[in-house]
Amino acid sequence: MAILSLQGVSKSFGALKVTDEVSFALEKGEALGIIGPNGAGKSTLFNLITGNLRPDAGQVLLDGRDVTGESPMQRCASGLGRSFQIPQPFGHLSVYENLLVAARFGGRLSAAEAPAHCMGILDRTGLASLADRPAGALPLLNRKRLELARAMATRPRVILLDEIAGGLTDGECVELVATIRSIHAEGTAILWIEHVLHALTSVVTRLMVLNFGRMLMIGAPDQVMAAPEVREIYLGIEA
Amino acid sequence: MRIFLIFLAFALALALVPILGSRALVQDLFTVLCLLVLALNWNLLAGFAGLVSVGQQAFVGIGAYAMFACVILLGLNPILGMLVGGLVAMALSVPVAFFAFRLHGAYFAIGTWAVADIARLSFSQWKALGGGTGTALPKEAVQEMAVIQILRDLFGGSKAAAVDMLTYWLALALVLAVLAASWIFLRSRLGLGLQAVRDNPVAARAVGVDPTRLKALVFLLTAFVTGICGGLLFIQIGRISPDAAFSLLDWTAFVIFIVVIGGIGTLPGPIIGVLVFYGLERALADYGTLYLILLGLIGIAIMLFARRGLWGSFIQRTGFDPLPLGHRAPARATPE
Repeated sequence: MAILSLQGVSKSFGALKVTDEVSFALEKGEALGIIGPNGAGKSTLFNLITGNLRPDAGQVLLDGRDVTGESPMQRCASGLGRSFQIPQPFGHLSVYENLLVAARFGGRLSAAEAPAHCMGILDRTGLASLADRPAGALPLLNRKRLELARAMATRPRVILLDEIAGGLTDGECVELVATIRSIHAEGTAILWIEHVLHALTSVVTRLMVLNFGRMLMIGAPDQVMAAPEVREIYLGIEA
Repeated sequence: MRIFLIFLAFALALALVPILGSRALVQDLFTVLCLLVLALNWNLLAGFAGLVSVGQQAFVGIGAYAMFACVILLGLNPILGMLVGGLVAMALSVPVAFFAFRLHGAYFAIGTWAVADIARLSFSQWKALGGGTGTALPKEAVQEMAVIQILRDLFGGSKAAAVDMLTYWLALALVLAVLAASWIFLRSRLGLGLQAVRDNPVAARAVGVDPTRLKALVFLLTAFVTGICGGLLFIQIGRISPDAAFSLLDWTAFVIFIVVIGGIGTLPGPIIGVLVFYGLERALADYGTLYLILLGLIGIAIMLFARRGLWGSFIQRTGFDPLPLGHRAPARATPE
């Protein structure tokens, strides 16, 4: 059964249709990648899934339940975690407190359970030595790690990653991907927007291509990447 | 630990003022303590919940009028009336929040101000409590309270002096209660959520925090305490009028000044602020209007050169924060 499914979701900003009848299902524990040129509506799709935007038509189902009318915090409590494309740390709180908020609210952990949960995640994301530093002072790599760590702290069953590998060096990227693989290996479903294709394809088993708000194709990564229309639209290469 | 001992000694010294100090000092410090209660509340609102209200005088006035109504119309004990004042203020903060929470930033500030003025004009229509000119609290209602007789038996002095003594101690108790409650609240799960909302509301929602619910909670609780403080202030003052009870200058402008110079968004900030405010008031008492001009200039200077206030700048310069609100990562049993 699908952990997350969209049924005919559409959204327009004025005359511009940014999401056009998108339907797909993310199975439990699956990893699905989303690619598409800039302006294809990838981030808008994420905002529709998390509840930051309301669709004009269609439904969002979380674990079979219609959550289309629910707020982002309700969806988070139901097991939907996300990282932001541009890191959004709680700047005056420490790295540890950033996770603690997520664990106490979205993760619904008690004051006794939350600290160990948070420390475990800080270890896995390589942030343990920075636990008491203010999050606002972190450089880019650690901000990206914090985005991932904070989403993990909400104990999600689906995690949405928005260009988390963007702007990182190859070495940094490898490290982050290893953490994402370990989250996936634990059974958390992953929906991942990414331009860094080699990072994406090393984790996901299916790939979806968005173009002008429409789902162009969905399938096995190598098949999708070999398709002439994808090469033309996404990579700008003549087939 | 040491900071708590110093604090305790300070609180104890303040508690002894009515026994050892002059009545003028007791009356002065009563006002200072009440301003501190209001400042602690406003700091929670603006500094932690991001609700920059310019209309908190509404709840001072509502609390004061509710207390007067309890005493004059219902014949209740003034202390009980003060508590009712807090409850009425909290109840009325619900419709105010319903209206004001649709506004953000500067519009919220203007909206709360407008609400406070509507409240002032509405209460000036209440003929039973003196309408626009106001009325006095029946002397006997206050002075015949059983607790006043007990205080006189213990410490002597006139009935009026015993009333000052009682209201002073109530104000001190209110300060200590609000300080303790703020400390506990800010370090709790809800306080942590509130600080997350202050830093980044979008991210806070994404990790399961409901910003509106937390802000509404703070708005309601601060209205309750502000209402109690209003009731207490006017037990001591003994006379009410719409202009005095809903005074923007006395109950909000001075309070904002205190919080801003002390350090907005820090728990000790309002304490430092109120000490500076009292010191300036004493030093400049003989200069009349010049005093208000100077107060304004100092406020502007601090906003320009020490944006985080005296306490905030102190923490920033020294890195020493004796009252941290944060949660430290747990120490590890086995080092890596």
